[in-house]
Amino acid sequence: MGTTILLPPELLRMVFTAVVVIALVFLNSLILGYVERKLAGRFQLRPGPMEVGPHGILQLMADAVKLLGKQFIIPQAANSPLFRLAPLLAFVPVGASFIVVPLSQKLQVRDLDVGLVFIVAVMALNMVATLIAGWASNNKYSLFGAMRSVAQSVAYEIPLLLSLVAVVLMTHTFNMQEIVLSQDNIWHVVQQPVAFLIYFIAGMAETHRAPFDLPEAESELTAGFHTEFSGIRFSFFFLAEYTNMFFVGSIAVVLFLGGWHGPQLPFMDYSAAVWFLLKVYSLLLVMIWVRWTFPRVRFDQLLNFCWKYLTPIALVNLLVTAVVVKL
Amino acid sequence: MIFYRYVAEIVFFLFIAAIFFGAVASLRARYLMNAVLGLALALAGVAGLFYHLGSPFLALMQLLIGIGAICVILAFGIMTAPRPEQEAEKLGAVKRNKPLAVVACLAVSIPLILTIIGTQWPPAAVRVGDFSVKHLGENLLHQFCLSFELISVVLLAAILGALAIARIGRGDWE
Repeated sequence: MGTTILLPPELLRMVFTAVVVIALVFLNSLILGYVERKLAGRFQLRPGPMEVGPHGILQLMADAVKLLGKQFIIPQAANSPLFRLAPLLAFVPVGASFIVVPLSQKLQVRDLDVGLVFIVAVMALNMVATLIAGWASNNKYSLFGAMRSVAQSVAYEIPLLLSLVAVVLMTHTFNMQEIVLSQDNIWHVVQQPVAFLIYFIAGMAETHRAPFDLPEAESELTAGFHTEFSGIRFSFFFLAEYTNMFFVGSIAVVLFLGGWHGPQLPFMDYSAAVWFLLKVYSLLLVMIWVRWTFPRVRFDQLLNFCWKYLTPIALVNLLVTAVVVKL
Repeated sequence: MIFYRYVAEIVFFLFIAAIFFGAVASLRARYLMNAVLGLALALAGVAGLFYHLGSPFLALMQLLIGIGAICVILAFGIMTAPRPEQEAEKLGAVKRNKPLAVVACLAVSIPLILTIIGTQWPPAAVRVGDFSVKHLGENLLHQFCLSFELISVVLLAAILGALAIARIGRGDWE
């Protein structure tokens, strides 16, 4: 045995991946945050952020600096250790989920056999973070926000998973790459339009976006479960929300919209990744569009819609898929 | 690769520590919420052990069901209920139930400890079996089909029970 300790290549890879993933998280939130505010302005017939940089393009940078500079306040009645833990816990699934997102055939951190289960399981941790945040704040608004969030997530996780299972039944695999490869000829959205719609609606509810943004309904609950958070820890929730949007979009693209498949772009080696990101961000644009166009639903409407319509439709869809696959 | 073996060992003991710490935390907790979070930590440690034993699928299912479903439902129940720990303290139920708790603990732990001492432990094989998703699925639907279906019957009974309770509640409401 030699005396020098060589850093194993795996370790270098891990460090490199971690840096890239965190950079991507921030970049994605910057882009989405800017696009969202700009589009929200346009939908409401106002220009949106205009002052910082050309067309307000640096507005989010200014906001980030402001948030970093702010004091982090812990309310006296709050449960301090849990209050500190919650934003970090919200950030864990965000970093972890990137591991299995296939940007292209080669651009993927780990090609897990159970990639789809991984991303769904890890995103479930987000719910725990919301719960802890709401409970530890010791504030009525926060608690109500967290309770709504959990009731909503428990309800919408069922049709969401059922619609994913319909695709898995067709492809016989949880592996993200293999699911993408199985759409070489025809995208699954053509064969599974109902599942795609259900997934998209449930996905919007999962990320707490309007019209399903009851956990943080401003007019009723101030800011829901993150009412008491300030400064950098608030920005963790902000980052987690936008990154979760990205994951909901990328699962939809991988399962229904052909993943990184697309015509070869002449000028770039990474045309697959470009196609993938293009598809994801077009879906996210639709999500933003929906958010600023429809009013918020009432809570009983939200739950009724899920349990009485979405879940039965998803079940029937799954049954039909199973029969057709076996025929 | 010695290095990787050390990493694996360290990670293994981290999982054990998570289980142990989570279990103790959930027992020592003053608030029920902390107890649930301790349970979540312990379940996460168990998921890690599944991963360590070579079945990422089981590990992820443990995360999805153990933490994502069970702990969240428990926490939800606690949040909607009035502070039960304070009620218990007010009634003096904590003191009164202590001997009962000791008896219940001993009744479970003594047979368990006796079994652990009495068992001849065979050395662990390097790889006990195939834990891939395909293999698990085939086993569940062929060899263990009956137990698999029985579990769904139990779940059905639980759902029906919940519905029955909820219906009674609704009658009072109106």
